[in-house]
Amino acid sequence: MSSASNSTSRDAILGRIRKSLGRTAGDSAPRDVTERLASPKPNAVVPKRAQITHDQQVALFEKMATSVNATVSMVVSDDDIPREVARFLAEHNLPARVKTSPDAAVSGLPWSDTALEVTAGIAGPEDAVSVTPSFAGVAETGSLMLRSGADTPYTLNMLPDTHIVVLKTSDMVGTYEEVWARLREKEGHGNMPRTFLWVTGPSRTGDIEQTMQLGAHGPRRLHIVLVDDKQKTK
Amino acid sequence: MSVSTSPNFKENVHGALRDESLQRALGRLKTGFRDKRLAAIENLPEFEALRDQARDIKNHTLENLDHYLLTFEENVKANGGHVHWCADAEEARQVVAKICRDTNAKSVLKGKSMISEEIALNDFLEKQDLKVVETDLGEYIIQLRHEPPSHIIAPAIHVHKEEVADSFRETHKGRDPNRSLDEPRELLDEAREVMREHFFAADVGITGANFLIAETGTSVIVTNEGNGDLTQTLSRVHVAIASLEKVVPTLEDASSILRVLARSATGQEMSSYTTFSTGPRREGDLDGPEEYHVILLDNGRSNMLGTEFQDMLRCIRCAACMNHCPVYGAVGGHAYGWVYPGPMGSVLSPSLIGVDEAGHLPNASTFCGKCEEVCPMRIPLPKMMRHWREREFEKHLSPSSFRYGIKTWAFFASKPRLYRAVTGIASKVLAKMAGGKGRIAKLPLAGGWTDMRDFPAPEGKTFKELWAEKQAGKGDVK
Repeated sequence: MSSASNSTSRDAILGRIRKSLGRTAGDSAPRDVTERLASPKPNAVVPKRAQITHDQQVALFEKMATSVNATVSMVVSDDDIPREVARFLAEHNLPARVKTSPDAAVSGLPWSDTALEVTAGIAGPEDAVSVTPSFAGVAETGSLMLRSGADTPYTLNMLPDTHIVVLKTSDMVGTYEEVWARLREKEGHGNMPRTFLWVTGPSRTGDIEQTMQLGAHGPRRLHIVLVDDKQKTK
Repeated sequence: MSVSTSPNFKENVHGALRDESLQRALGRLKTGFRDKRLAAIENLPEFEALRDQARDIKNHTLENLDHYLLTFEENVKANGGHVHWCADAEEARQVVAKICRDTNAKSVLKGKSMISEEIALNDFLEKQDLKVVETDLGEYIIQLRHEPPSHIIAPAIHVHKEEVADSFRETHKGRDPNRSLDEPRELLDEAREVMREHFFAADVGITGANFLIAETGTSVIVTNEGNGDLTQTLSRVHVAIASLEKVVPTLEDASSILRVLARSATGQEMSSYTTFSTGPRREGDLDGPEEYHVILLDNGRSNMLGTEFQDMLRCIRCAACMNHCPVYGAVGGHAYGWVYPGPMGSVLSPSLIGVDEAGHLPNASTFCGKCEEVCPMRIPLPKMMRHWREREFEKHLSPSSFRYGIKTWAFFASKPRLYRAVTGIASKVLAKMAGGKGRIAKLPLAGGWTDMRDFPAPEGKTFKELWAEKQAGKGDVK
């Protein structure tokens, strides 16, 4: 949709901006602009907090995620994930029904080792628990990086009361900048999924008398299952 | 554009100062925001350097705003989205209405957006027979109360939980009238349940944008509740409304500024959800909107470029300035009379609605400088308020008593001997009036001051006298 008035406004707005900046319509972009866009780099100041060894990053991630009300547990192999999910749900007296992302990394786990009822797909109003994979974890703030895609529907991150995220320690990085470098490497420069989400703790609000409450519109609980797959990647 | 009561600022202030309920709510600013911010920045040694960097990123972007906006537009289109350039509020409203018509929308869900407040979108859409529901809890509460927000990140900060309960009982029909709604948890659970029904029935989901990323054609929202995510994911059409200056060059640039945003706002290391949205759902995606639109609103901002108010375009709407402002802390957001309260509003509002309309606001400052001290983008807010005062004076908008007062003062001040004599007498008289208490409860001709607070009495000597004594005694002090 591009109405006539819209293109008139576009020209008028750009005209005012150029006039204020002392430029004319034909001016090409300065080199620092084109270079910044063509090969994005981290800015000079990046907190040192997460520029530590990989093991320390895993420990920092756990500390930061826990500080924002997420829970974290560690397993040593993919095969242990279903049992950990079942344990967590039982411990919190939650339903034994789980919706996973279609992604084989979670849907293909040995769920039959447990008594859980497991299906894969998008989240609907009836889904109380979801299990999803993650693109990366950022130690700096204990944030999960989740991308939408055909195998990773977005609604699973937001609709269920309990969101369980699988994070491989080989996908743990220190900073957000490292995530963008990985994403460009995998997807090609400039290609973003429809939605790329940073999750730092469960949903919350302070809108009633500035009292912090968890579980506003998104998940009330965020549980992170760390899979220590370092040995495999070495 | 949203109607302002800024010209009545003085009357608004009198009401606010006498409003006990409001005063009680404002008392929560310290523990709610200020203490948390302090703890967060003490936890990050690089915070000051990150502020410098954030300022520099925005300055670079503003100096090249034309190029970055064009790149942003190109990349939104490349990802299958649409960009709508809108010169003013009316055009933006019309474009949103047209998107709703073109997609046969009946219901509109809203994520929190200050730009939508600026263009008074809800009222307009409701007149087009659309059902509009705010999904952010604070915005939902004030929507039910038919009020504007009183704070840019905590819109219902002035509302008490009992009042929320009243609104819920009135609106949420078909529930047990005797249900308990005493606790914030109970209120939240009910709102969550009610909102779920709205989420699944939404046609168009409107969000704001904290950033637009030129490199990828992405809009970013920063939230805690998850309502913005559900709004834009469950609706068929996602419309992101943003003003021009929200653009930044790259994902790295957005990340750098994000490091100062939540810390300055709520004192969180990072908000619960930072959501990067690019285009509509992709082929094969099982959820997500089918259409993606970005409204790029100017509404006066391009005219700020290249002027003494350009720095204001660095603002990331964190609200640190109002959280720390003694004036905001005393009168709250509604007194300011338009969408943006506090120091950032006192600078921005005259740019957007005119100094004739909002000229009182830059005067509502003690110039304590706290706003600039806490601004993550290092915006020189007090300096810009002074610029507005100068413009107001030049346009002869300031009241005649004020102009006369300034002239009288200038007459004495330019005659040092006379000035010393008069101020010497005045300070002795005032000290007598205080009668040793150090403060004066009532002062003739200064009722505007003493109605609400005491006037601090001079200590009997003028600054000049004290200075002279200090200088004379200097030789004695080792």
